[in-house]
Parts: sequence; C-alpha cells; structure tokens
Amino acid sequence: MKKNIFMIGIIIIYFILILLAIIFNYEPGMKIGVNFYKFALEMIKIFPFAFILIGLFEVWVKNETIKKHLGTNSGKSGYFWAVLLGGCTIGPMIISLPVGYSLYNKGAKLSIVFTYIGAASICRIPMTIFEASCLGVKFTIIRYMGSLPLVIIFSVILGSYLSKKNYKINKGN
Amino acid sequence: MLILIIVTGILLIISFLFDRQKTFNALKIAFKKLIKIIIPVTIMLIFVSIILLFLTKETITKYLTGKNIYSGSLIASLLGSISLMPGFIAFPLSGILKQNGVSFMVISAFTSTLMMVGVITFPIEKLYFGFKIALLRNVISFIIALIVALITGILFGEIFL
Repeated sequence: MKKNIFMIGIIIIYFILILLAIIFNYEPGMKIGVNFYKFALEMIKIFPFAFILIGLFEVWVKNETIKKHLGTNSGKSGYFWAVLLGGCTIGPMIISLPVGYSLYNKGAKLSIVFTYIGAASICRIPMTIFEASCLGVKFTIIRYMGSLPLVIIFSVILGSYLSKKNYKINKGN
Repeated sequence: MLILIIVTGILLIISFLFDRQKTFNALKIAFKKLIKIIIPVTIMLIFVSIILLFLTKETITKYLTGKNIYSGSLIASLLGSISLMPGFIAFPLSGILKQNGVSFMVISAFTSTLMMVGVITFPIEKLYFGFKIALLRNVISFIIALIVALITGILFGEIFL
C-alpha cells in the first residue's frame, strides 16, 4: 500500500511537470509528454481486450486441460504448443507476462511458461513478417533457427533448476 | 490490432450465449487484473517516455554506425535491452542501420535484445513471477541474444572464427 501511494505520487508529479512543460513551451518536456501519450495509446488499445481474453481463458479452460497438455507430464508436445501460442500472441511482449502467469496458475509447468514467454517475444507472426520485409528472409530464418532452440533449452534448464529448488510463484495477480 | 478486438468480441458473445454468469466472472477477473497493473504500467510508461527522449532513431543510428563489429554488437545489445519500441518502429530503423553500413550481427544484437530483454518491463515481470525469475530470465535472454548475434555474424560471413 505504501509503495502504491509512493508510485501514485510519482505519477502525479510527472503529470504536473508535463503540464508545466506545455504551459511554458519547454520542448524536451513536451516531447516526453508526446512519447507517453503515444505509448499509453498503444497500451490502452490492447490491454483491456487482452485481459478480457485472459478472463475468458480462466473461467472456461479447465485446469486439467492445461495440466494435461502443458503440465509436468506433457512431454515434448507441450513445448510445441507453447511456441505456437507464443507465435500467435498479439501486441507487445509485455502481454505475454499475464498470459504466462495465468497458464502457470492453471497448471502449466515453469519451463513451458518460459518457452511461451520467449516465443512470444521472438516469433510473433505479424512482427516476423514485418522483420523479413525490412531485413530480408535470410536474417529472419537465422534468427529463428538460432534463438528458438536456445530459448527452449534454457527454459528447460531454468524450469528444472527452479522446480528442484521448489520455487513457487506468488498467487493473486 | 483490429483482429484482437474482433476475436475478443466474438468470444465474449459466444461465452455470453453459453453461460452468463461465467462471462460476468471473466469480465470481473479481467477488470481486477487490469486495475492491479495500471499503476506499474503507468510508471513503466513514464520511464519509457523519458528514455526515448535520449534514445531517438538519430542517436541509435549515430551510436551504431561505423563501429567495430564486436563493440558495436555490445553497444547494440545494451541499447536494445534498455529501450522499448514496437516492431513497426524497430524494423524500419534496422533497415536504415543496414543502409548505413551497419552489419547484420550488430542489428541482430539490437533487435534480439529489444525483443527479449526488458529492463524497462522488469518491474512488471517481477510483479507476476517474482524478482528471481525475472532476473534469471532476462540475464538468460541477454546471453541468448548475444549467441544469436554471433551466429548471424558467422552465417552472413561478417566474422570468422
């Protein structure tokens, strides 16, 4: 709670400063304001919908289903689903965090959650198409072939390390 | 992003037709989760807005053009880690870098860290997965990005081992 009040304080001070920058025509301040506006708009366009999807996911998808396909006994196919799900993620990478968290709470194992987050950051399909058109198909293929296996390998290592340590993630977010 | 709105709308309608109560619960969950991260996300946006004042396209181009390939990659990976930009800005920027003679290895280090390492999104990641996981995942992602950059450099014939 104390932390929240502190953060709200920062936010209020920030907006007052931006307002002052606009009033006094202070250019760097106004640029910061424009940056904030642009990114906030991107977030507002995506977040409510993404969270409604997460909400629907949480009420409709059974824990058993997730456990079976993405849980401890899911085997190799779990990673396949994680990569596919990651590739189909829309919006900025940050969206994959609450999604991964929901998957974990439904019984997905940690290594699969990490694979999903990794895949969501490196191989979202719309982004990939755009990348290939700007930098060439060869570049994109090399990046995929290089990073996807590494993401999966490191996710498995990190996942098994954490489960050995019996690491638990806080619930309630 | 239109597709996201359409998909959400359709699923919401289907859900509502099958089970009203569950759909309301879903909306309630969505609302609660959204409220919880509004403050951290706003703080993150404040940081982004300030950092991007210094990390403009011009500065990034200036920093990455005409550098030695190894130090260039290192600088690129650090810039990529601390900035946050959507693909529709990052890739055209990478195209410009390429035209300026920046090597694929450096560009790879930049785009990979940009995608995978999030210093700015760290507080959000910490909120969901805790400090330890957030830290480990980002460090590992940084290492992966460097390895991928090296592979890119080798396969494009820019470096020789």
